[in-house]
Amino acid sequence: MRRQRGPGTVTLILDGVFVRRRGETWLDDIHLELPNGLTTLVGPMTAGKTTLMRVAAGLLPPDSGRVVVDGKDVTGISVRKRSVAFVYQQFINYPSLTVYENIASPLRLDPKSRRDGIDRRVREVAELMGIAGLLDRRPAELSGGQQQRTAIARALARPVDVLLLDEPLANLDFKLREQLRSDLKTMFAGSSGVVLYATADPNEALTFAAPTVVLGEGRVQHTGDVAEMYAHPPTLAVAATLSDPPLNLLPGVVRDGRIECLGTSFPAPRAHAQGHHVMLGVRPHQVSITPNGHAALELPAEIRLAEVTGSATFLHLLLQDGLHLVAHLEGTQLFTPGESTVAYVDPAHVFVFDESGGRLLATSAAEVDLHG
Amino acid sequence: MTDQTTVAQSPSGAAEPAPPPAEEAKDARVDPRPKNNRAWWLVLPVVVSVAFTAVIPLMTVVNYSVQDVFSPSERIFVGLEWFREIARDPEVRGAFVRTLLFSAQVLLIEIPLGVAVAVAMPRRGVSVSVALVLVALPLLIPWNVVGTIWQIFARGDIGLGGWAINNVLGVNFNYTLDSTDAWLTVLVMDVWHWTPLVALLAYAGLRSIPQPYFQAAQIDGASAWATFRHIQLPRLRGVLTIAILLRFMDSFMIYTEPFVVTGGGPGNATSFLSILLSKIAVGQFDLGPAGAFSLLYFLFVQILCYVFFTVLTRSGR
Repeated sequence: MRRQRGPGTVTLILDGVFVRRRGETWLDDIHLELPNGLTTLVGPMTAGKTTLMRVAAGLLPPDSGRVVVDGKDVTGISVRKRSVAFVYQQFINYPSLTVYENIASPLRLDPKSRRDGIDRRVREVAELMGIAGLLDRRPAELSGGQQQRTAIARALARPVDVLLLDEPLANLDFKLREQLRSDLKTMFAGSSGVVLYATADPNEALTFAAPTVVLGEGRVQHTGDVAEMYAHPPTLAVAATLSDPPLNLLPGVVRDGRIECLGTSFPAPRAHAQGHHVMLGVRPHQVSITPNGHAALELPAEIRLAEVTGSATFLHLLLQDGLHLVAHLEGTQLFTPGESTVAYVDPAHVFVFDESGGRLLATSAAEVDLHG
Repeated sequence: MTDQTTVAQSPSGAAEPAPPPAEEAKDARVDPRPKNNRAWWLVLPVVVSVAFTAVIPLMTVVNYSVQDVFSPSERIFVGLEWFREIARDPEVRGAFVRTLLFSAQVLLIEIPLGVAVAVAMPRRGVSVSVALVLVALPLLIPWNVVGTIWQIFARGDIGLGGWAINNVLGVNFNYTLDSTDAWLTVLVMDVWHWTPLVALLAYAGLRSIPQPYFQAAQIDGASAWATFRHIQLPRLRGVLTIAILLRFMDSFMIYTEPFVVTGGGPGNATSFLSILLSKIAVGQFDLGPAGAFSLLYFLFVQILCYVFFTVLTRSGR
């Protein structure tokens, strides 16, 4: 989208940020340098996404560390004096004001914005968000999607250095979510300010295909290209965060150049010490119940539950030693719980993680050596 | 006093038509479930108790209001004679204007003050409990005790408040002789007694506003007043409607406190409708006029509450 700023772009730097509350560390030594344009922040529910965004906005002072925007240290500066906008998961608008007044309010309160441009800007942003016909309504008269469009329009109205969106689509139903997601993607492309978009949904991060920060337990787990991270997750935590439905995990042991797992084995992709314990990660769509190749791992299983969504069937399997495995199968398939079956996994699609550190050791298909 | 009790009771009685929900859905297309009349049995205890405590006493009042009672065996039907007499009575009219003025002042002071107290109250920590207890304290004191406290407190000779006004501020203050002083004493007493109710209701309303609203306003750079005007006040609409209705009804029917403090005096400076009514009914034992008076009084409270409720719930939609 077009920004009403001069040339030049903004960067946001978080430098050694710590936040501790009630004896817990919410943010643990965050070092990030975010360029202008969209960056996705992905992580599970308690990863610290909201805390990180509140620190970046200036709503929460960090216990230590610096926040630098556009080369200026803004750590101690109140949010009122900063150039930020924030969109919340809840639909936050002024209840007594019309949609028009809601969008205009940040402009009216901004001493830098010109009075005469407000009306034009409000209509422009409303058009962009597809709510131009609702300008006279009050938030209570709108649907959830329209309310959130208004909230996003409010945030977009004023050109800001830092735009923060904290799971803005999480409370919307899936159709609206997909539509708004694609709208947002085009809107943020080429923005001269920093746009940080937090989500717990890996699919959202993958569709944005923007530079991505994976956050987990208050720490930056990894940064980089999201598709690359999905294909070669450097750690178990990253693989788990970017897998939906959740990653299947199975324990394994290295023995005589092979990795043994639940009575079956496959050639270890790299040389490991004898008896080394590893954790195998398998995405549910890589599990099948029909033989799919000569090198497949065969795991005897009992069917516990089949969830049918129409386009897919999620089959919950019970393996030996009480381990669970979920298979994501195409189309509607019917199963009888309690029946025995065999789960087939192609070793080429198995991530082998170091059991203690959670680092990726290898995938069989392409050996990766991300950590030297 | 009996008529006063009836007047106080009757609004709840009249507001209890209690139709069972099962009977309302008559359209079979809407609700195909089998129907029975069991709900009537559940409503019956309420209907019976309300009938005995409110409807039947109210009907007795209606009965008196159209008769001239000389003795239990000797009574004449007089039609609407008492209603006409009460409506024309200058003393009743004076009390009516006085009561209306008092209610208006009570609302104008207590609603903004209560909201202000609620906004100023702490949001977290131990101080929340302390503040709640302190604010709620006046509400826990019985009405006639409140009257007694203020009757002594405002006295110039032995009351701390009255003494301070006379000797520290140097203003000549005596509520037993001066009409304005008496009025102010009753008004301040009511504000002291009932502002906490408004404050507690408003505080509960304020506590229900999610934090992101305040953060969003902060990010916009909104002033404290703008935050109050556009976030807190709209969210208080519901509780303030209730607060205004409660405070109007209660102040319009005020009896005990002014009765204890001033007895309606000096002269008739603080003689509100309820005080005048009890004087006619209990003091002079004019049951006919008192009955007519009660019904008009009751009707007026109902109408004004309806107007308040309609205006408050419709405006700002």
